[in-house]
Amino acid sequence: MKNAVELQEVHKSFGTTKIIQGVSLDIRDGERHAIIGPNGAGKSTLFNLISGRYEVSAGRILLHGADITNLRPYAINRQGLSRSFQVTNIFHHMTVFENIRCGVLWSAGHRYSFWHRVGGLKDVQRRAEEVMERIGLARRRNVPAGTLTYAEQRALEIGVTIAGGASVILLDEPTSGMSRTETAHVVELVRSITQGKTLVMVEHDMGVVFGLADRISVLVYGEVLATGTPEEIRANPAVQEAYLGVLHKEAAHADGSHA
Amino acid sequence: MKYAPLNLGRWILWSATALLFLAAPQIFKGGFALTMLTQMGTLIIFALSYNMLLGQGGMLSFGHAVYSGLGAYVTVHVLNLIGKGTFYFPVPLLPLVGGVAGLIFGVLFGYVTTRRAGTTFALISLGVGEMVFACVLMFPGFFGGEAGVSTNRVVGKPFLGLTFGPAIQVYYLVALWCFLGMAAMFALTQTPLGRMANAVRDNPERAEFVGYNTQHVRFLQLVLSSFFAGVSGALSCINFEIVSAENVSAIRSGGVLLATFIGGVPFFFGPVLGAIVFIFFVVALSGFTKAWLLYLGVFFVLMVVYAPGGMASLILMQLPVLRAGRLRELAVPYALAALAALVALAGLIGLVEMVYRLSEQGASTVLTVLGMSFDAQSSPPWFVFAAVLAAGLALLRVTTRRVGERWGAIQADLLAKAAA
Amino acid sequence: MEFFLVQSLNGISYGLLLFMLSSGLTLVFSLMGVLNFAHASFYMLGAYLAFQVSSKIGFWPGLVIAPLLVGALGMLVERWGLRQVHRHGHVAELLFTFGLAYLLEEAVHLIWGRSAVEYRVPAELDGPLFQIMGSQYPIYRGFMMLVSVAMLVSIWLALTRTRVGLVIQAALTHPQTVEALGHNVPRVFMLVFGGGAALAGLAGVIGGNAFVTEPGMAAAVGPIIFVIVVVGGMGSLAGAFVASLLIGCMQTFAVSLDWSLGGISIAQAAPVLPYLLMVLLLIFRPKGLMGTREG
Repeated sequence: MKNAVELQEVHKSFGTTKIIQGVSLDIRDGERHAIIGPNGAGKSTLFNLISGRYEVSAGRILLHGADITNLRPYAINRQGLSRSFQVTNIFHHMTVFENIRCGVLWSAGHRYSFWHRVGGLKDVQRRAEEVMERIGLARRRNVPAGTLTYAEQRALEIGVTIAGGASVILLDEPTSGMSRTETAHVVELVRSITQGKTLVMVEHDMGVVFGLADRISVLVYGEVLATGTPEEIRANPAVQEAYLGVLHKEAAHADGSHA
Repeated sequence: MKYAPLNLGRWILWSATALLFLAAPQIFKGGFALTMLTQMGTLIIFALSYNMLLGQGGMLSFGHAVYSGLGAYVTVHVLNLIGKGTFYFPVPLLPLVGGVAGLIFGVLFGYVTTRRAGTTFALISLGVGEMVFACVLMFPGFFGGEAGVSTNRVVGKPFLGLTFGPAIQVYYLVALWCFLGMAAMFALTQTPLGRMANAVRDNPERAEFVGYNTQHVRFLQLVLSSFFAGVSGALSCINFEIVSAENVSAIRSGGVLLATFIGGVPFFFGPVLGAIVFIFFVVALSGFTKAWLLYLGVFFVLMVVYAPGGMASLILMQLPVLRAGRLRELAVPYALAALAALVALAGLIGLVEMVYRLSEQGASTVLTVLGMSFDAQSSPPWFVFAAVLAAGLALLRVTTRRVGERWGAIQADLLAKAAA
Repeated sequence: MEFFLVQSLNGISYGLLLFMLSSGLTLVFSLMGVLNFAHASFYMLGAYLAFQVSSKIGFWPGLVIAPLLVGALGMLVERWGLRQVHRHGHVAELLFTFGLAYLLEEAVHLIWGRSAVEYRVPAELDGPLFQIMGSQYPIYRGFMMLVSVAMLVSIWLALTRTRVGLVIQAALTHPQTVEALGHNVPRVFMLVFGGGAALAGLAGVIGGNAFVTEPGMAAAVGPIIFVIVVVGGMGSLAGAFVASLLIGCMQTFAVSLDWSLGGISIAQAAPVLPYLLMVLLLIFRPKGLMGTREG
């Protein structure tokens, strides 16, 4: 079984503050992997390191076996990794359709072309329409992204992320700030768009995590405490100690009804 | 940059523009009008090329005249070579020469300037502009020193019977290139590069995460923009038959910035409107008063503070209201506000003109307007104009508040109707 | 040797003047995120107002009054202009200050005319300060250095030792937190902007009579200041200091040396040198000498 993403002894410090302290992690090809942990554990920093937003202080990151350590974000994206942002990071002045189309353009091979009329690029148009349908924003096609509702913007955020057809998708707290129904909706969306792809997800909602993830990694103070299946993690005494039963409570809430 | 139902509208708009270009000299007759029209045409391309950077790419440049000016310098030398008979090249195709020259310098300087973004890019563009301007006096061989390089556009074999001597022929040459340039620059906005330039403008970080090197996007946008700037420089060379340091000066760069901004940066046609108004200001107003630059500056600053989307935004804002048939409700508030503005303006103009009378050596200190004379050396006129200005500003405050209230009410209604 | 010493002193005094200007610009930029294009115009106003005051009352009153007037104008500009534009973004702010620079230059044209005015060094400061191996070093240059250093030291002290200074330092990076703690951040902004303007005005008072006082002086020194800020690294005071001295000395030496290359003398090339430096730096070290912030 090949690894989609591999972190080898990755360290990250900001000045003298150590955020990530020797993380080694294997994300298997095709799996859905969740990264959980308390606030300030370094989950978003890890995402930023993998996707090229930050440079590592030490260590290596591999994508499908190729070294992507410290490459620029666009270079990593071109190799098949795409990420979403916890704070919605879309093109506010452009319409929903145009947003998604921006995500499609590079992967469709048109690069910096200024001699093609973008309206006439059938492959680009078709792909963008497809993605728009999947995220359920087809009826909001020509609305400027800045005027969408919060949940719609989060859906668009995911849409822009998957538009390029990347094989490894990183989602940073996709359900943050959402109600129960919105969350359920997003979970279904994530499940369908990550069929046959590798998903790495940072999440706080344990219901979502236990429902979607094949494997879970627990990150505490910049170190991986444990990696395993949801059952293994639930039963892990070190994890229990770090969270002191929080996991049990959350999982119980996920099973039962909660307003 | 809207789509869908405007497609027929777009054809109509472009055809109307073409017709307007063709008919303009017939509507506005006379040599003076023709001069203005030709200058407008040249500035339109220049301003549109500038907006490729600012409006499309989010790049504020204080040194765009470098590309148009260097394009002009290359063109003037080529034209002189044609005149000497060194080779043949049709005069109407000279703007291509200017364009290519602009493009080459765009590649050269753009490589350096696009390494940074935002405010730093703005300062670097200023620095490069100053550098080129300083070089003009250093290399009199190419740049002709203080006097510049002059030329004659009536050279070589006449092209299809046209010598381009008469001003009307120059106008139509400028109009043709202006129209072609407009069409080309509009088409560019509809390309992958054009769309990604918008994306980079809105959110450069996200653009990187969807696979685009934002620096490369900005570099290419600048290179293309400098091509059209060079075209405009060549047209200026043909029109004025002289190119000097002024063509690469910070003044020129500032001028195109002003023109583009007052027209409206967020809209494709904004710079067109801005170029027309700017030339009008410069050519027509400068004949009336020495303080025209001051008035232009005041106009610009007021626009930045109260209407940063330019005149185009002010006009386009009225469209939804017009379509709902409620524009007439704003007619009276608008008229009153306009009246108050005129009063304030009268006061301002009076004060400014009187200061000019005093500070200028040897000029008469009497300001004569509409048959009335005011002696700047006596105190009463100062109090009068100051009072008029103060009254105008007070009235403006009241009337604009009225406009705001009426506008708010209409907007609320329209929103409610849209939600229903 | 004596030439080198004299020119070094000249270069340092010019560099200190440039630092007075670029430090004010950097402080305002660091605090408010807006680059004040009209900063050099405040310099020009300082010189002209000092000229006006010194011809009616005297130089020494002018030294105090002119910067205060310019500072007051700066505060007005911030309160009634910049604050309104702030919500439209950084580009709008920059354009506003650009338009302001335009306006101030035209206003100066309007009031004082287009040619240079006779703003002279006062008699008590005119003359030699000391002798270096046969060359005389003017008192006024020494005075300029004194004022520059005194002003910069007092600013440093004010920022680090007073309460207001600490508030400003905090507001530099965390304006919302500072406001939540009960400080009037908008008033702080107004004070800082006014302070920056006053600093530029003071530079104008002491620089305007050493060099020339004319309407083009803002456009002449403005771009140099921006180059200094870019070369030093946007937002870095230390970088601005190094760059100011570097460029001050470079300009001074270039104008007085007798070398030439390829038919162009270095004195002729002097205006281009700061920009060449900027271009080279951008190619090899885009962050600037000590850059901390992205522009």
